[in-house]
Amino acid sequence: MIGRHRHLLSLEAYSREEILQILDLAVSMKEVLSRPVKKVPSLRGKSVVNLFFETSTRTRSSFEIAAKILSADALNWTASGSSVTKGETLLDTARNLEAMRPDVLVVRHAAGGAPSFLARHVACSVVSAGDGAHEHPTQGLLDCFTIREKLGSLEGKVVAIVGDISHSRVARSDVHSMTKLGARVRLCGPPTMIPKGAEALGATVHHDLREAVRGADAVIMLRIQHERIGDPLIPNTREYSKYWGLNVRKTAEWLKPEAVILHPGPINRGVELSSDVADGPHSLILDQVQNGVAVRMAVLYLLAGGSGESARAKEGLTP
Amino acid sequence: MSQSHDNEVLIIQGGRVIDPATGIDGVRTVVVRDGRVAEVAERLEAPRDARVIDARGRWVTPGFVDLHVHLREPGHEYKETVETGSRAAAAGGFTAVCAMPNTVPANDNASVTELILARAAAAGLARVYPLGCITRGRKGEELAEYGELKAAGCVAVTDDGSPVASAALMRRALEYAQAFGLPVAVHEEDLLLVGKGVMNEGPPATRLGLTGNPAQAEEVMVVRDLALAELTGGRLHFCHLSAAGSVRAVREAKRRGLPVTAEVSPHHLTLSDEDVAASDYDTDLKMNPPLRSAADVRAVQEGLADGTIDAIATDHAPHAVEDKKVEFDAAANGIIGLETAFPVVAELCRRGILSERRLVEALTAGACRCFGIPGGTLAVGAVADVAVLDPNAEWAVDPEKLCSRARNTPWKGRRLRGRATHTVLGGRLVHEWSAR
Repeated sequence: MIGRHRHLLSLEAYSREEILQILDLAVSMKEVLSRPVKKVPSLRGKSVVNLFFETSTRTRSSFEIAAKILSADALNWTASGSSVTKGETLLDTARNLEAMRPDVLVVRHAAGGAPSFLARHVACSVVSAGDGAHEHPTQGLLDCFTIREKLGSLEGKVVAIVGDISHSRVARSDVHSMTKLGARVRLCGPPTMIPKGAEALGATVHHDLREAVRGADAVIMLRIQHERIGDPLIPNTREYSKYWGLNVRKTAEWLKPEAVILHPGPINRGVELSSDVADGPHSLILDQVQNGVAVRMAVLYLLAGGSGESARAKEGLTP
Repeated sequence: MSQSHDNEVLIIQGGRVIDPATGIDGVRTVVVRDGRVAEVAERLEAPRDARVIDARGRWVTPGFVDLHVHLREPGHEYKETVETGSRAAAAGGFTAVCAMPNTVPANDNASVTELILARAAAAGLARVYPLGCITRGRKGEELAEYGELKAAGCVAVTDDGSPVASAALMRRALEYAQAFGLPVAVHEEDLLLVGKGVMNEGPPATRLGLTGNPAQAEEVMVVRDLALAELTGGRLHFCHLSAAGSVRAVREAKRRGLPVTAEVSPHHLTLSDEDVAASDYDTDLKMNPPLRSAADVRAVQEGLADGTIDAIATDHAPHAVEDKKVEFDAAANGIIGLETAFPVVAELCRRGILSERRLVEALTAGACRCFGIPGGTLAVGAVADVAVLDPNAEWAVDPEKLCSRARNTPWKGRRLRGRATHTVLGGRLVHEWSAR
């Protein structure tokens, strides 16, 4: 359990305290990653199924390694294309996997709400690994973790999120979690990429990158997906990059010197970020990847460990 | 319906008769003889041998007429049949339903029309008025045979479920239908503007991360077809209006005297996209057009109240559990509505949004006028299609107990107020309900 929750489907539904519970535990989890022997017995005998209906390397591997470090058994089930085209419904697929008695089902699906739908119909815990343009809660958590680790806290900080907000589940999870932790969030992108009512998420909306990043403590650059080009959300990557991409000059002139830059990956080098910025001193991109494992360990541990066992199991974590 | 009712007398006693067609609104007793309304009297001694329905404290209205029902037969009998749909109609106080032509095969020729009518006659629970297709196979490419469809019994043509994308073809449909006096009923959406939209575009869709379908996708087509109605003089009817801009455009067109009519569904009158957001992706709140914003809901309520919108039509759209028990993006559009329509819209009267007279008119005479359907009145001599309604009866919606074969209702588990207690079809009692 995480607070009141048996599942992790969205950060919108989580309170500040529940988010902090995960982030605080992730600090101990990260310590495990620095040990010579990266294995703790906390979830021995538990199993985690990764059910991915969309291709993903980074997130799926991150969940898999998180489960393995905690000694859980991890099974990857990748469904090519949608379940509907295979002739098996999403629910049937999930019920078949459930019959193998996993403790946690990690789901990625192209349809917003698919993890909630499964959570209503299966007995095990469900963790969303990204659903449509709805949420990507563990990405939101790892972004919070990374900013906290670098800047101490999100309280009073200004975070700018730049890119295709309309189609971004990362943006939604970031806004919900970061505002709960006290940050002010700015959303920035061309008007074609800002969804109706974005302000109602609790953020301000900007179309001018310079204005959005001015005074920001953290800047999160989103990946521009190639299928959006000519959608027709933007004319081409050249113009996008000119107005909404970050390069060394803009970073030096517009950002605070101590500002950090994040990206959920994979990067389109030269589109939203130039290579020298992606690999430069402001960038926390590789920290994000490592922190993603720690955060997912914390989530799996809390959901699969069970509240009764958690105190005992946690002892195995402290060196 | 072909049975004889000679010498049978039915007395519906002491109810509040609301019959907008004749202007009656008061306590009356309705005498039905030989399947027709024989008398609507202020006081009356019931003959000893008559069958009597005690309607004290209830409303007595013409049987409801639904311009928009998917009976699913032929082709999708696993969702609904003419018989189960007719039974649902009777249970909701409806005595006449228009059967939409998106069957398999589509109702674009007389043989399908005849099959629907034969099934309806065999069921004998409601009058069924089929609608034919605007275009062959509902493909939007060539005109269907309106003369044959009309002769077989169709009362209007529609490609419901699909808009007629080509303005040129729509123009010809509006022209050609005039040869047979058929209204052209349109489902309005600009498919390119809708794109992959699955719910109304706005803050709730943004929160849920679902692709939006803007209200203007309906409005632009409404405006286009109003222009084509003006060009052709054709009789145009708008199915299930949902957007404020559409209501505005129709109101203005009626003011200019264009012969257009419009309907609205109980769900678009009472539910909004906020309900979708609050529901955790409940696919029983997915329909097309989608539930719009609260401002759109107010606009269709006002349009109904001021007569811009002529009729309440349920868009009863039965689906099997497996069509709905999937992710929101993949779920079928539509909900069932025949058995819940009255209590859902009666709530608008209790909230002071709609007069009781206007409510009844939109379910009876107002609907009949759109397609030139007979009935919708309790005038002496009229066929005795009557609904007896208890406006205060409270009941919980249990999908398992509904007459429809389908279960896809957003009001599942909710307590509703208002119920058809008796439905009389041509003098014959086809539905009776009593609170347990």
